[in-house]
Amino acid sequence: MNKRISIVTVLSLVLGLTPVCAVESDGFNPAISLILDGRFSVYENDTDYELPGFMLGGEAGRGDEGFHLGHNELAISANVDDMFYGKMTAVIADHEGETEVELEEAYIETLALGNGLTVKGGRFFSAIGYLNQQHPHAWGFSDAPLIYRGLFGDQLRDDGLQISWVAPTELYLKLGGEITRGERFPAGGASHDGAGANSLFAKIGGDIGESQAWQVGLSHWQADIENRTSGGHHHDGGAHEIPTYTGDSRFSGIDFVWKWAPQGNASERNLKLQGEYFIRDEAGTVSMDDGSVTPESTTYDGEQKGWYLQAVYQFIPRWRVGLRYDRLDSDNRGSDQEVLAEAGLDNEGHTPERLTLMGDYSHSEYSRVRLQYAKDDSYEDQDDILTLQYIMSLGPHGARQF
Amino acid sequence: MKHTLCLVLIAMGMGLPQIAFSQLNIFACEPEWASLVKELGGDRVLTTSATTAHQDPHRIEARPSLIAKVRRADLLVCSGAELEVGWLPMLQRQTGNRKVLAGQTGYFEAAQWVDRLGIPEKVDRSMGDVHASGNPHVHLDPRRLLQIALALNERLISLDPSNTQHYQSRFEGFKHRWQMALERWQRLAEPLKGMRLVVHHQDWDYLFDWLHIEKVGALEPKPGLPTSAGHLAKLKQTLTEMPASAIIYTHYQNPKAAKRLSQLTGIVAVELPYTVGGGEGVTDLFTLFDVTLKRLLKVKS
Repeated sequence: MNKRISIVTVLSLVLGLTPVCAVESDGFNPAISLILDGRFSVYENDTDYELPGFMLGGEAGRGDEGFHLGHNELAISANVDDMFYGKMTAVIADHEGETEVELEEAYIETLALGNGLTVKGGRFFSAIGYLNQQHPHAWGFSDAPLIYRGLFGDQLRDDGLQISWVAPTELYLKLGGEITRGERFPAGGASHDGAGANSLFAKIGGDIGESQAWQVGLSHWQADIENRTSGGHHHDGGAHEIPTYTGDSRFSGIDFVWKWAPQGNASERNLKLQGEYFIRDEAGTVSMDDGSVTPESTTYDGEQKGWYLQAVYQFIPRWRVGLRYDRLDSDNRGSDQEVLAEAGLDNEGHTPERLTLMGDYSHSEYSRVRLQYAKDDSYEDQDDILTLQYIMSLGPHGARQF
Repeated sequence: MKHTLCLVLIAMGMGLPQIAFSQLNIFACEPEWASLVKELGGDRVLTTSATTAHQDPHRIEARPSLIAKVRRADLLVCSGAELEVGWLPMLQRQTGNRKVLAGQTGYFEAAQWVDRLGIPEKVDRSMGDVHASGNPHVHLDPRRLLQIALALNERLISLDPSNTQHYQSRFEGFKHRWQMALERWQRLAEPLKGMRLVVHHQDWDYLFDWLHIEKVGALEPKPGLPTSAGHLAKLKQTLTEMPASAIIYTHYQNPKAAKRLSQLTGIVAVELPYTVGGGEGVTDLFTLFDVTLKRLLKVKS
């Protein structure tokens, strides 16, 4: 009980609210959960990170060296009443010495529309792909697949509305769509009066006998983008230029997950295999915004794609090992190759790839310690990255999402 | 885009076969409830169980096939008391089926209808995976099971009033057979009184409460945590001072820990069915108790 009150108090202080006292009955308390994530990383290279052929944005990057905090988040969720469910997740992180609170998710969802319909509104992770809807602590590895890093800035989320429908069929079938603001990377500018991005998704799945379960998903996303900025290429000594993109963007993807556990009993041994493929097309203009009236610019017609495949195997209770392979490719053209290169869109003949190995130990369901090694060929300077990470969760039972 | 989506949704809806509503579609979280539903509903219900005797009901994922099943269900019959807290609320939320939400007639929580054991005074994760609402493994006391059957019978009637007669007569039949069996079991189990057992997990509290069996220790150091060599050594210590008749475990639990302790102490390890389907010949609730008692009596003799 004390723990609960203190979490509420801390959150209240962080958000500048008056602390609320926890209610007596557990049933009426919102579920409060805190994820603690800390890391120690070792890199071979000191050079700035880039992903040739991709304009990086969002949270994309390879993370800090040495001791640093990962994704620490505080989530509060509950059924609002018999009609709505609500959830908010705040990420508390340091950015250049300042502690910032970021509203990662804040949404409501209908419970009782019936007929398989659910409407979600607010800020949420898009239902495209497979990993996208999961929080980073639920991923099998300590970082996002390269294609997520390259296309979405690690994860695609936005403010808007989602409608989904589950079919009343033997085979699981879910269809849905989203209309969102389109201000966050990889969109930008909140075009169409703040409803500039939309997506469609479909998922099917089922069981094969007692021991196997599977799901396949298809997704499509598109946006009209106005002035999307990104990190781009760094220059020594030159004026500070920010690569800025205006135009269309659309991607399609396919994802699959397959899980195996002997007789469906995952507590002893289980295997999870998953893979995703995305391809994005963009057409518009890239300019190098340096504050002047006529910045350098180029037309840009680009195609970026990539996939990953990963397997995570729990071979005895508490212990898991995992293997992941990532690969990207891009084909970007424009009227001025030099400007494209400055914007990070020239892949310089490099095909980013990465091989990652991980092993983790979970003392209980609530605590996990992980060691991960990556042979990172995602940019020109090959890197060996070693990460030691802990992920702990405090609070009620996490939901066992598929 | 919105229009396309709507059209797709409507088209999908129209293409579906019309399901006949003569039968209630019932989703049982565990096999014991699927079995009880079959006893009480007979041919007026279609039953599916989310888990089997080989699966740990604490550790199930909200996987696609289960979402599809809950989507079509008229009634969920579950243990409750947080046994399914890791996956059921998520299923209820994801399916857009308002009939089966908590608080609705379409959600039946068995543990709610009986006195629960082991309600902790305080809940802290350092105590392991404890349930604030008490021990949820309520079906292993046949007296409590009859109370649950009564409540479930009423629920079936309120969901399907046109078949009241059918449900009522099935319940009366079940009650009669169950009471006869209960008398027989109690006579048979007389020698088990005061028996001392080591358990794997706190699955058996209600069985022990009924039969006056004493729990001496658990292979799990804390509920939900796997056993360790250190914990086994401590258990061995306890057992030399106060011996037990057997170490019991069930199908979904790894027998290694029980067998290891058995080697260390010379106390026999016994697998009990725990639920319907959990052993040879355990095809319904009656045989569940028959086999459980038979195996315990064999240890005793």
